[in-house]
Amino acid sequence: MLVNEKIAIEHGLKSDEYKKICKLLKRVPNITELGIFSAMWNEHCSYKSSRIHLKKLHTKGKKVIQGPGENAGVVDIEDGDAIVFKIESHNHPSFIEPYQGAATGVGGIMRDVFTMGARPIANLNSIHFGSSQNKKTKNLLRGVVHGIGGYGNCMGVPTIAGQTSFDSSYNGNILVNAMTLGLVKKNKIFYSKAAGLNKPVIYVGSKTGRDGIHGASMASASFDDKIEEKKPTVQVGDPFTEKLLLEACLELMAGDSIIAIQDMGAAGLTSSSIEMASKGNLGIEINLNKVPCRETKMTPYEIMLSESQERMLIVLENGKEDQAKKIFDKWGLDFAVIGKTTNTKNIELFFDKKSVAKIPVNTLVENSPMYDRKWKKSKLPKKNKINKTEFNNFKIKDVLKKILSNPNICSKDWIWEQYDHTVMGDTIQKPGGDSGVVRVHGTEKAVAATVDSSAIYCWAHPITGGKQIVCETWRNLISVGARPIAITNCLNFGSPENEENMGEFVECVQGISEACKYLDYPVVSGNVSFYNQTKDVGVKPTPTIGGVGLLRNYKNMITMSFKDIGNQVLLIGKTEGHIDQSLFARVILDEKKGPPPEVNLFNEKNNGETLLNLIEKNYIRSAHDISLGGMLTAISKMCIKGNKGIKLKKPTYLISEIEYFFGEDQGRYLIEVNPKDLKEVINILNKNSVHYDEIGTIIENDIEINQKTKVTIDELRSYNTSWLKKYMA
Amino acid sequence: MKSSVITFPGSNCDRDMDVALTKFGFKNKMVWHDDQELPKSDLIVLPGGFSYGDYLRCGSMASKSKIMHSVINFAKSGGLVMGICNGFQILVEAGLVPGVLLRNKYLQFICKNVHVKVDNKENTFFKNLDKQVLEFHIAHNEGNYFCTNDQLKEIEDNNQIAIYYCDQNGNTNDQINPNGSIKNIAGIFNKEKNVLGMMPHPERMIDESLSGEDGSIFFKNLLNNIK
Repeated sequence: MLVNEKIAIEHGLKSDEYKKICKLLKRVPNITELGIFSAMWNEHCSYKSSRIHLKKLHTKGKKVIQGPGENAGVVDIEDGDAIVFKIESHNHPSFIEPYQGAATGVGGIMRDVFTMGARPIANLNSIHFGSSQNKKTKNLLRGVVHGIGGYGNCMGVPTIAGQTSFDSSYNGNILVNAMTLGLVKKNKIFYSKAAGLNKPVIYVGSKTGRDGIHGASMASASFDDKIEEKKPTVQVGDPFTEKLLLEACLELMAGDSIIAIQDMGAAGLTSSSIEMASKGNLGIEINLNKVPCRETKMTPYEIMLSESQERMLIVLENGKEDQAKKIFDKWGLDFAVIGKTTNTKNIELFFDKKSVAKIPVNTLVENSPMYDRKWKKSKLPKKNKINKTEFNNFKIKDVLKKILSNPNICSKDWIWEQYDHTVMGDTIQKPGGDSGVVRVHGTEKAVAATVDSSAIYCWAHPITGGKQIVCETWRNLISVGARPIAITNCLNFGSPENEENMGEFVECVQGISEACKYLDYPVVSGNVSFYNQTKDVGVKPTPTIGGVGLLRNYKNMITMSFKDIGNQVLLIGKTEGHIDQSLFARVILDEKKGPPPEVNLFNEKNNGETLLNLIEKNYIRSAHDISLGGMLTAISKMCIKGNKGIKLKKPTYLISEIEYFFGEDQGRYLIEVNPKDLKEVINILNKNSVHYDEIGTIIENDIEINQKTKVTIDELRSYNTSWLKKYMA
Repeated sequence: MKSSVITFPGSNCDRDMDVALTKFGFKNKMVWHDDQELPKSDLIVLPGGFSYGDYLRCGSMASKSKIMHSVINFAKSGGLVMGICNGFQILVEAGLVPGVLLRNKYLQFICKNVHVKVDNKENTFFKNLDKQVLEFHIAHNEGNYFCTNDQLKEIEDNNQIAIYYCDQNGNTNDQINPNGSIKNIAGIFNKEKNVLGMMPHPERMIDESLSGEDGSIFFKNLLNNIK
C-alpha cells in the first residue's frame, strides 16, 4: 500500500507530523514504517504534550535508586532491599470493554514491575465512574472490579488498597488506574538499556495475535459516537500465562545472562525494541518470521503493532540461549531468538528475507514531536458567601447520615472483598484503612501504600488540588505509622489541545511538584493519560497519586479503629471550618463554587512529622487522617472499625458545629491516646507548635455530640455500608 | 515430620503453605507437578491458586498432572493428603473426595474471614482440637460445594463432612453461607478420612498480625496428631 498524508492522518498523525517523518527519512515511509511512527509518536507513547512540563517534577532524593524513565521507579528500603513501583492508566480500553480493559491494566503494570527483577507484592487501584444515576455506571463498575480481581487474584498478588469515586464528569470516560509494588534486592535490579553488539534479542511469553493493534493510538484520541467500533483495539488478558512468565523471568533473573529486558506494553514489539535500542544507543535487527504468532498470515505491520499481552523482549549474553530456553520450556512458554543488536543505530525489520522497514532509532525517539501547548492560567475562585445562621437549622445526625452514605464516602467492601487481599501471607493492613500494609517477607519491615486523588479540588483550583493530593497520600502513610518515601503519579486529563484542560494539567503538575519538593517526597515513576474526553467534554482533572512508605518494625503499625474505652481523642491541626468544595457544600447545600481548602505545606510537614515522632515513641493507639467529609466522618469510621463510641466536646471556637464537624481543612489527623500518656503527648505537640484540640473520650456504643445528638455505632454502620451493596444488588 | 507441597503451573499459595508448615515444625519440600516421584512424606498438600488458569474447569487439568498418579497412590495406601482451595478442586477432579465445586452463588470472588464448625474429630486432621469453631479465611470464586442426593446421603452416613460455614457461635444457616454450598459444607473427607479437601486457607491465619491465628491452632494440632 502506498502511503500518503491521508493514510497518515487516519493513523492519528497530524499533517505536519507526517511531513516531518518524510523529511527525517528523506523519503515516504512504507505502511509498516508509518505504523511504527504513529505508534511511537502518539501522545500515549511520546508524551509530546506533557514532556516539557514533566521535567519540572521533583524526582530526586536520597532514597531514589531509579526515577522516571524506566519501566518503574525504585526506592531504597534499607538492608539491601528496594521497592519497585508505578501506577498506570487503562482508561480508554476499560470504558470500551471494562473486564478486559481493567484486567490488562493490572497485568501491564505488574509486568512493568517484574521486568525490573522485582516480585510483585501488592496491587492498588484508583477507579472513577460516572454518576450513580448514569445508566452505564453499574455495568462498568461491575466489569472493572471483576477484571481487576480476575487478573490480580490469579497472579496471587494481594490487592491491598484502592479508591473509588463517582462524578458525572466520568459519564463518558471512566478512569482505571492500577498500581503495583514489587520487592527486589538492590543489586539485582534489571534495566531496559541494551548493550553490546551482536547480542541475541529474545522474544518470550505469549504468542502474537491481532488483538490490541493501535491500542496506544486509541488511547491518544477523544471518544466519539462510534467508540464501540474500537472494541477490537482492546487487548485480551491471560493472567495464567503472566503468572508463568513472572516465575520464568524471575528464575532467569536469578542468573547472570540478561543484559536488558523490556516488557511489550503499549505499542508492543515496536516500542519495546526501540526503547532498548535507544537507551543503549544501538541498532536492532529483527526477523519477523521468527516471531511466534497466534494467527496465520500476519503482516509485518500487524506483528509490529499488536498489543497482545504477556510478552517480553530480552537482550541476552551470547551463548546463554540454551540455558534460558530451558527455563521457558519448563514453564511452557514460547521462546524465540528473533534478532540481534547492531551498530547501525537503525531498527531494521526483515520478513520473508526482504527488508520491510529501516528507520533510524533517534528519529522515533529524540526527534519525536514535542509541543509547548497553549494553556490557560486559573484564578482562585472567590469564597462563597454562605449564610451561616442557616447552619443552625441542620440536624447533625441527618447530615451525618447523608454524608456517610454518599457514594464517595460509603464503605467499598463490596469492591475489595472481590479482590484477594491476603494471598502471600503478609498483608497486615487490609483495604479500608488509611493505607494498605504488607510485610517485607521474612523481615521486621513493612511497606505501606496508598492511592488518592481529589478531582473536585483540582477542578476548583489546580495548583492547590495538586498539592493537596500529594499531602493526602503523605498523611495516609503517616496515619499507619509509615515514613513516606516517594510517589508515583497517574495524570488523567482531558484534551491537551484544549487550553483549559492543558492549563489544568500544567498547574496540577506545578502543585504536585511544589508539595513533593517541600516534603522531600519525590516522584519516581508515572504516566500521563490525556484525551479522557468525549466530543468536547473532558473529565475533571484527576491526577492520581500513589504513595509508598516504610515501617522499620511492622509491630508498630497503627490502624484507625478505636481501641480502648476511656482513651482520649485529640484532633491535630487547626480547624478553620472550610466549607467551600467540601462534601457538605456539594451534598447538603448543593453549592459547587468556591475555592478548595488551602494547603499549608509547613503545617503538613510539621504536623505529620510530629505525629510520626509520637507513633515511634509508642504513644498513639489509633490514628486517622481527616479528609473528604471532614472530622465527624473520620470519627465515624474510627468508631465503626473499632466498634466503640465517643463522647465528643466541640472546642469553644467561634465557628459553628457544622463547620467544625464537616469542614475540610487540610493537615489534620485524629489520634487516640491513653490518659497516662496524655501529658507527654501534649507536651510534644506544644514543643513542636502543633495546634491540637482535645475533643473527646472513647465510650461504649454511641457518638454523643451534645445533649441533643446521639448516634449508635449500628446506625453509623448501616449508613456507611448499605449504599453500594444495594446499588449493585 | 515430613511434608510435601505440590506446585502446579498457576499455583499461588504454594509458598504461603511452605511458610506455614515450616513455621509449625514440618520439614517441607516443594514438588514440581511434572515430577514422577513423591519424596518420602507424612503429609502431601495441594495448595491454592489457579492451576492451569482455572481454564476448562478449576482443578481439572492439574488432576491429570504426572505427579497426581503418585498422589493418588499415596492417598489410596492411606497417606495423609490435604487440598486447600484450588487444591480441594483438584482433589474433587481427581476423584479423591466426592462432589463438585461450582461457581459461588452470587457469581463473585469472595475474600474474607469466615467461621467454620468442626464436627468430626475422629480423624488425623482434627483429632484433639479443643475448639469447636475456628475463624478461617476464604478467597475463591468456585467454592460452592454440590453433590447429588445419593452422594449426600452417603457422605453423611459415613460422617465425611469435615467443616461447615457457621457464625461465631457455631450456628449454621443460609445467611452465613458465603458461597451457596450445599449444607454449608466448607470441607470434606474421603471415606477413610485420610484425604481432606477444604476451601478455607488456614495458612493465611498463622500470626497475630494477619487476619487471625486459628490457622496456628490447626497446624499445631495437625503436627501433634501426626507425630
